[in-house]
Amino acid sequence: MRHIISILIENESGALSRVAGLFSARGYNIESLTVAPTEDPSLSRMTLVTSGSDQIIEQITKQLNKLIDVVKLIDLAEDAHIERELMLIKIKTTDKNRAEVRSMADIFRGRILDITPETYVVEMTGPSEKLDAFIAAVDADCIIEVVRSGATGISRGEKGLHL
Amino acid sequence: MELSGAEILIHSLKDEGVEYIFGYPGGAVLHIYDALFKQDDVKHILVRHEQGATHAADGYARSTGKPGVVLVTSGPGATNAVTGIATAYMDSIPMVVISGQVPSAVIGSDAFQEVDMVGISRPCVKHNFLVKDVNQIAETIKKAFYVATTGRPGPVVVDIPKDITDPRFKVPYKYPKKVSIRSYNPAVSGQKGQIKKAVELLLEAQRPMIYSGGGCVIGEASKELTEFSHLLGYPVTNTLMGLGAFPATDKQFIGMLGMHGTYEANMGMHESDVIIAIGARFDDRVTGKLDEFCPYAKIIHIDVDPASISKTVKVDIPIVGEVKPVLEQMIELIRESKKAPDKKALDAWWKQIKLWQENDCLNYDRESKLIKPQYVIEQLYEVTKGEAFVTSDVGQHQMWAAQYYKFDKPRRWINSGGLGTMGFGLPAAIGVKLAHPDADVACVTGEASVQMCIQELSTALQYKTPIKIINLNNRYMGMVRQWQEFSYESRYSHSYMDTIPEFVKLAEAYGHVGIRIDKPEDVRPTLEKAFAMKDRTVFLDIITDQMENVYPMIEAGKAHNDMKLRVAATGTTTDRELA
Ligand SMILES: Cc1cc2nc3c(=O)[nH]c(=O)nc-3n(C[C@H](O)[C@H](O)[C@H](O)COP(=O)(O)OP(=O)(O)OC[C@H]3O[C@@H](n4cnc5c(N)ncnc54)[C@H](O)[C@@H]3O)c2cc1C
Ligand SMILES: Cc1ncc(C[n+]2csc(CCOP(=O)(O)OP(=O)(O)O)c2C)c(N)n1
Ligand SMILES: [Mg+2]
Repeated sequence: MRHIISILIENESGALSRVAGLFSARGYNIESLTVAPTEDPSLSRMTLVTSGSDQIIEQITKQLNKLIDVVKLIDLAEDAHIERELMLIKIKTTDKNRAEVRSMADIFRGRILDITPETYVVEMTGPSEKLDAFIAAVDADCIIEVVRSGATGISRGEKGLHL
Repeated sequence: MELSGAEILIHSLKDEGVEYIFGYPGGAVLHIYDALFKQDDVKHILVRHEQGATHAADGYARSTGKPGVVLVTSGPGATNAVTGIATAYMDSIPMVVISGQVPSAVIGSDAFQEVDMVGISRPCVKHNFLVKDVNQIAETIKKAFYVATTGRPGPVVVDIPKDITDPRFKVPYKYPKKVSIRSYNPAVSGQKGQIKKAVELLLEAQRPMIYSGGGCVIGEASKELTEFSHLLGYPVTNTLMGLGAFPATDKQFIGMLGMHGTYEANMGMHESDVIIAIGARFDDRVTGKLDEFCPYAKIIHIDVDPASISKTVKVDIPIVGEVKPVLEQMIELIRESKKAPDKKALDAWWKQIKLWQENDCLNYDRESKLIKPQYVIEQLYEVTKGEAFVTSDVGQHQMWAAQYYKFDKPRRWINSGGLGTMGFGLPAAIGVKLAHPDADVACVTGEASVQMCIQELSTALQYKTPIKIINLNNRYMGMVRQWQEFSYESRYSHSYMDTIPEFVKLAEAYGHVGIRIDKPEDVRPTLEKAFAMKDRTVFLDIITDQMENVYPMIEAGKAHNDMKLRVAATGTTTDRELA
């Protein structure tokens, strides 16, 4: 099963490589990883998407918790949560498909950020699945470039990941 | 007090109570060596190879429970230390390794003797630090010792760029009394509810087993383990790392379990209905085939590291905490409980175990004209009255030492179990002897292993650490040869060394006593003679039966009840109602 693990980690130079190294050393699957500072400059927040059996996910969370730099973590998949990913996609346009691409972007609540005679750049956010669906809907031959941020997420309700 | 970075480092070690530092100098640590020169609180032991430094520090740590401390230079000094760091990591040994680094300004420029030590050591340390500011040295050292020695212990590397130790820059020094790390709070006492549930399950057991490991040695819980086991009257088996945590001569002890464990211990595990694992980590050399591991048992597991729990074997009652306080609570609950162990079931269980024991699985040919390695260990046990510290290398000799030397006390059996590092034994023995100058220290080794750190014989002379090297010389990498005999139709591919040094001369060249033994009748008197030479390191080159194998053996991928014995077992029952 797919899990989104959200981690508060000390904002130190080696911290990211400790997490990445753990995954490669133990052969855990890593789908995406995002990192950015938080409102507290001493902490970074990392969101990691992985998959595996319950036993593997349990080991992953335990091994992550064991890293001295990891302050706290939650597995968002355990509870109601919101997931968002940002995508920028550059699409080749012609007189024939231009209108269609624009309306598709509308349907998926995307925004067109840049237009040239032959291209559109569409910005879109949503759960990763929605972005997958948009990519599948666009004619593969017309896709010039896809940039995805990797998923981030937050739990619903009062619960929060903080010190 | 204003001090340079180098002086702060040495003062910090002194304030941390460090007695010995094992090291080897080089460019990046010259400021530190200069500071060492000007004091004599912290004693420096100059090894002959950085791997030797880490193993000696490790032996010191294993035999005392105190952290071992190492100092190496950047680049090759640091990489040479990695094997010893990984060795300590796998066996959860507290160690602090200080490595020099090139000056901050040139880090990342492929400077002379630059290697990314923080990166290289990351997968085999509990934690590591790169010190970027002279004002942070004292606190970082305090943190390093705190992390290395608490929770599940392990090695910590502190990498210090040369400019940080520059004698020209002085800053105020104060060693912190305490540190706390907000993201690091190891569990201690264990959840009360879980402990209660565990005790209830234990008291209902019909065929119980106590499976204790290195955590009982590391956690100083021998006394509690022994009391707990006596209170219940249940059979006890130890892992290789747990030997000595429960007395081997106690009648409840049924030997080591696992790949080269006893028949009774492995059969007992297989047939058991309730197992309590105490500071043991279900290593693959212990479990054998996972699908068939302890098929009838409910499992209780006490471990300070949550990641050790249900890692390979799913357990029924996990208890996260230190063994000592958890066992203390269990002892109290058992005492208070109205229930007692089921005497009838326990009698039947012991009867079954006795049947298994009748196979005498550790028997060997005592009439042989050749020196049997098992005989040597039995004689070593007698000559040292079971009181010696025994270090070992890796191979058949290691298993024989574990099987035939009956350790009654913890911290006496010093070996590399998790990484299985050949070359460990000799430097480790030096570390042990420094910590216990009045005790007998023996290094049981093989002619292949001992050559991996043989240069440390020179260190042993310089620091007058008289150890006894028991070289079980079978002219083979015996353990490799044994696997080739069993699994590769005796094709002994590169497991024999055509040229083996004359160890007697080698020992003499290093300034020690060397004696060769090739007759069984000479073993006992020569051992006595060697141990009587209190102030000399003696190298006993003992020519043993070349083809001897370690039995019992569970071959890789097989289950506990599928053991290879020297003589086929009788009274082997799979009928669990028999007894
Ligand atoms: C050639 C060779 C053959 C081998 N054959 C065997 C064999 O037949 N049988 C065998 O048993 N081993 C054998 N080994 C060793 C094996 O590889 C493992 O090293 C060993 O089994 C691990 O022992 P352990 O489970 O006691 O764990 P250790 O490695 O000692 O780990 C200790 C555990 O206790 C925990 N712990 C530490 N401190 C505390 C505390 N204070 N409180 C609570 N928990 C704590 C740790 O988190 C860890 O999980 C062999 C090794 C070699 C090289
Ligand atoms: C550094 C290292 N290299 C290789 C091995 C693999 N290995 C395990 S036992 C062994 C042979 C050891 O031979 P010896 O020291 O003579 O001991 P014996 O088995 O003959 O008692 C080898 C090569 C190892 N454990 N460590
Ligand atoms: Mg050999």
